[in-house]
Amino acid sequence: MSAAMAKVSVLRYRPEQDEVPVWQDYQVPYSDDMSVLTALNYIKDELDGTLSLRWSCRQAICGSCGMMIGGKPSLACKTFLRDYPEGIRVEALAHFPIERDLVVVMDGFMDKLQKVKPYIIPKEARSLDEGEYLQTPAEMDLYAQFAGCINCGLCYAACPQVGLNPDFIGPGAIALLHRYNLDSRDGGSAERMALINSEVGVFNCTAVGYCSEVCPKMVDPANAVNVGKMNSARDYFFRFMRPAGEKGECR
Amino acid sequence: MSARKPYVRPMAGWWRRDPFFVEYMVHEGTAFFVWLYALELLAGVLCLAQGKAAWDAYRAFVASVPLLILNAAIFAMMLYHGYTWFKIMPRTLPPMKVGGKRVAGATITALGLGGALVASVLLFGIVWMLTSGGAQ
Ligand code: SF4
Ligand code: FES
Repeated sequence: MSAAMAKVSVLRYRPEQDEVPVWQDYQVPYSDDMSVLTALNYIKDELDGTLSLRWSCRQAICGSCGMMIGGKPSLACKTFLRDYPEGIRVEALAHFPIERDLVVVMDGFMDKLQKVKPYIIPKEARSLDEGEYLQTPAEMDLYAQFAGCINCGLCYAACPQVGLNPDFIGPGAIALLHRYNLDSRDGGSAERMALINSEVGVFNCTAVGYCSEVCPKMVDPANAVNVGKMNSARDYFFRFMRPAGEKGECR
Repeated sequence: MSARKPYVRPMAGWWRRDPFFVEYMVHEGTAFFVWLYALELLAGVLCLAQGKAAWDAYRAFVASVPLLILNAAIFAMMLYHGYTWFKIMPRTLPPMKVGGKRVAGATITALGLGGALVASVLLFGIVWMLTSGGAQ
């Protein structure tokens, strides 16, 4: 039994020696409870120390270990060898540039996360002695799903529009934007609208819907994007009815 | 000097990469048949405007076997198009709550499909009543 082995093929890219990525096969000892992350770390520790990958929590919470497993965007720590009896193919997350092996360039993604102003912009300023902002469980329930995002980037690897237009803000960041817009303590919706409406905004989405399919946290980013389209259309048609001169707005 | 040399993978043929994308292309492709049917109806309107002879010719044309086969194909494609449309409907609507509980996506899809079925039957009934009444 101890002799059972599993094949793991990894798309390698070492910028100092490879012009293009190349596949490399490894054999790892198989067990029923072995995750892809464990297998990759076995390779790194026992077979080939040059293999590069990102990981941290080993429990689907830090969002570092996103990669293409069998062609599908997945968390390596939440995917198991036992589900791939034919062997497994592992590749860096699609639609991100490959930095090295399974490590992708996240800079563009980080930038997008910042652009959506992912923090509460208070509706009205309050002084400290007025106390904290209160929120009912029902109010929290409105956005809780979108607050579950772990920024793993799987939804970006599932979105062909992100691949075709890397500037598209993308599902995860729009889910985060939506999370703050839905927060009863937040008053920043109007400020975030310009980005939603823009060339890099929600209308890049053609409703493929794969992002919500692969999301490990049931965030349903496609819902955030498509509700964003509705809000954007409403903003376009009804902006004439609002008083002029609101900050940052043109008519 | 930086040794960084990020590699960007090509997007050519992206839709063949994943069965999910293939299905997406197929259901988007069914729109082509919707377009065909629109052309067919447009031709009918133009013939109607040209008088009785053209209209009769159009009617004979749409009753011909090739057109019946084409229309059967269009009908099948429209059914599939409609089904996929309602399947993604829950993803496009704001969350709905009934009695404090979130309505499940499958329920929204089922309601949409049911609504479309009822509307189709009603429309068919009305058209049938109008045309059979007018034939007397
Ligand atoms: S929305 Fe889901 S798939 Fe996208 S980054 Fe957040 S947790 Fe990952
Ligand atoms: S290692 Fe943290 S999500 Fe996989």
